[in-house]
Amino acid sequence: METLTKTNRRDFLKLAAVAGGGLFLGFHWNSAEASAMEVIGADAMAEGTINFNSYLSISPENVITIFSPNPELGQNIKTSFPMIVAEELDADWTKVKVVQAALDSKKYERQLTGGSGAIPHSWERLRKAGATARQMLIEAAAQKWNIASASLTTDNGFVIHQESGRRWHYGELATEASALPVPSDVKLKDKKDFKIIGTAIHNVDNQEMITGKPLYGLDFYREGMLHAMIQRPLAFGMKIKSVDSAAAKAMPGISDVVVFKNNVAVVGKSTWQVNKARKLLKIEYEAEGAIESTADHDRLFKELLESKATTVRRKDGDVDTAFKNAAKVISREYQCPFLPHNPMEPMNFFAHVREDGVELVGPTQTPEMARGEVAKLLNMAPDKITLELTRLGGGFGRRLKADYVLEAAELSSLIKAPVKVIWTREDEMTGGSYRPAVRYRFEAALDKEGNMIGYKLRGVGINSGNCTREDNFPSGAVDHLLIDSIEHKSPITTGAWRAPITNFLAFAEQAFIDEVAAAAGKDPIQFRLSLLDKAKQSPVGAVKYGIDRMKTVIQLAAEKSNWGTKKDVSQGFSVYFSHRSYVAQVAEVVMVNGKPVIQKIIAAADCGVVVNLSGAYQQVRGGIVDGLGHALYSNITFKEGVPEQKNFNSYRLIRMKEIPEVDVHFVNNGIDPTGLGEPALPPTGGAVANALFKATGKRLYHQPFSKQEEMKGVNLGDRL
Amino acid sequence: MANYKLQINGRSYETETEADTPLLWVLRDHLGLVGTKYGCGIAQCGACTVHLNGNAVRSCSLPVSAVGTKKITTIEGLSAHGDHPVQAAWHEVDVAQCGYCQAGQIMTASALLAKNPTPTAEQIDNAMNGNICRCGTYHRIHEAITLASSKMK
Ligand code: FES
Ligand code: FES
Repeated sequence: METLTKTNRRDFLKLAAVAGGGLFLGFHWNSAEASAMEVIGADAMAEGTINFNSYLSISPENVITIFSPNPELGQNIKTSFPMIVAEELDADWTKVKVVQAALDSKKYERQLTGGSGAIPHSWERLRKAGATARQMLIEAAAQKWNIASASLTTDNGFVIHQESGRRWHYGELATEASALPVPSDVKLKDKKDFKIIGTAIHNVDNQEMITGKPLYGLDFYREGMLHAMIQRPLAFGMKIKSVDSAAAKAMPGISDVVVFKNNVAVVGKSTWQVNKARKLLKIEYEAEGAIESTADHDRLFKELLESKATTVRRKDGDVDTAFKNAAKVISREYQCPFLPHNPMEPMNFFAHVREDGVELVGPTQTPEMARGEVAKLLNMAPDKITLELTRLGGGFGRRLKADYVLEAAELSSLIKAPVKVIWTREDEMTGGSYRPAVRYRFEAALDKEGNMIGYKLRGVGINSGNCTREDNFPSGAVDHLLIDSIEHKSPITTGAWRAPITNFLAFAEQAFIDEVAAAAGKDPIQFRLSLLDKAKQSPVGAVKYGIDRMKTVIQLAAEKSNWGTKKDVSQGFSVYFSHRSYVAQVAEVVMVNGKPVIQKIIAAADCGVVVNLSGAYQQVRGGIVDGLGHALYSNITFKEGVPEQKNFNSYRLIRMKEIPEVDVHFVNNGIDPTGLGEPALPPTGGAVANALFKATGKRLYHQPFSKQEEMKGVNLGDRL
Repeated sequence: MANYKLQINGRSYETETEADTPLLWVLRDHLGLVGTKYGCGIAQCGACTVHLNGNAVRSCSLPVSAVGTKKITTIEGLSAHGDHPVQAAWHEVDVAQCGYCQAGQIMTASALLAKNPTPTAEQIDNAMNGNICRCGTYHRIHEAITLASSKMK
């Protein structure tokens, strides 16, 4: 592939013949869409260049290969990306081969997974990739048989001449097509003509997954490769003082113990040998920064909520006067703990640093950034570094960071050998990069008629950055509003966790609104709808969410749950806009023997066009299970800098017995896709807490719910 | 170090390793059978589930020296062509998200159905409760087991 000019402003297509003939279509994308990176939300992803997109090839044997450049971690991108290309190509899906592309920043842009952004970002481009090829295949047939291209159509992998009934499969035309000029303007299908998009297509990796084929980073083995585990400081805020590795080194199979940065790496022939030897390390640590406990954080949060040193995020009207004149003021606080990501496949990476280059293999959500950081660390040109992307056994934001890639690369360069570094579950849970712990104080001022005239939100968080989302609902619907935040810096490391910030903020906000609606004597759904009407009719400041889209999901969820009409069922409502999509949820709780049982969750989602119905349905259901499980159970606490929960025996994840029935509905509005990897998670905690309140009369303010005084004696997760 | 002869997926394997090495790491590091996954190492998540004489066991917590002559089946050997009714149902229901936990889920499910081809919903829950799926595919796992059960009848 030739280098493409950077100056061309329109989508730039480039064509080249593949060895042995066939059509090979690449896409260069030079649109001024630099902002595409901003939607990611994780600071870790700010770097990296944008320059290329997906491509496909068609062989004379009629094999259509579609390359999927983005990391696959269960969001189903490896299936849905190619579906979009195949749709516009009018391909026969059963003849399509999908290949995970390696990192290649010359060919692809935004080769990352995060922020639910892949489909929204690439939708147009992928469609054009398919449509362009389709048009060239038609043109090739027209020239070959000397017929007007207007009389040709395509269907299921064939160019068809209706009049004569003749048809040619794409492979027969691919070589000729590749010699044609690339059309600059292609017509995309009308969405109502979609045949592949919107259907349920099975995951392209199903067969490999269900037969145990090596797919994941942890499954990567190479002759002569060494295994390593790294002992990191046990407590956040500590650094190494001394290391006695004699006993570890003497263990069978151990080739090396290497100290670098704050790490002690044990290197050997097999995982088990390394694991055993590691336990014999004698490391002394000393304090380097603050040594914090959860009790300190609880105190700190309360102090910070009273602090004057806040950063104002949004200010509309005059809150002081509004609160002074209020008929009623409601003030509530909400707090959540740190959470590890815990993808089922723990962190791991293979690195082989040689004189002339570096080979990296493993699971990462941000391959380009990882390579860039390794290049900097080793002082090597990025083009000397290859990164092979494996399937990811989950990510949840953890693999947006490159720390574990850098460790592997640094270790390989020190021991001058190929090595795979693996994290144990304990390393994973105690190694940091947690969802930040935060506390919020919400205040609402109601007038005599129960209208919300004032609204305040203060967020305080530990390594959380701005822990508010100041432009989210109800901003724009309240005349007097103040949102501010404070961040406490701590040695406990944090990072983006699926639906960053909103994964807890949504609960707090939606639980609070529920309480405000009750104080105003209004139905919680009606209360929200009238706020949305107000935002539409007389917006206060900028309104950065789609009012109509939000109303639609609210109404759909209300309708599908028969809101307010079920006997003996307590319903709780929640709606949230995040990552460009809208999801409303109704949770249903019933009382069994005096105890609440979460029976069902009904979700209405608007993510624009649903690409793969099977994947989308599961994204919503999985997001709800994820949101529910973490709201109910999961908790990391600290004692003098040391995480107290280290594995699944003390850290609880939701299991099969604890899941309620989940019902999913999509809004069908034909809007271009807006993403679905995260948006279903944030509303769940609020819907469930509001339903639990209706059932028990008890409000929940902190997560995990199961550990709260209010739920004492209740086994949340019990089934009927 | 000692020598172990293992019966896996109908074949004999021989390996030289320490007696306390968990079967999981023998499979993965020594024998190249990487379908069996590591998730927790303490018998809490089920990612490492294999069959030992037909029973679902956690290979992360089973020292190789305790295996003896018992027959081991891993996900690679569940069926010759990946078409065991449970595998077929997993495909049909499109269960997997990231897929990492699914080999363990399938091994637990297939051991359940071998013993009890028509489990109730509650029996499915009980059998599967030891297997964590961080992606939250539990609904589909349940559905796929029910489907497989109906096909095995
Ligand atoms: S790895 Fe064996 S049960 Fe988790
Ligand atoms: S599918 Fe990802 S952990 Fe189960």
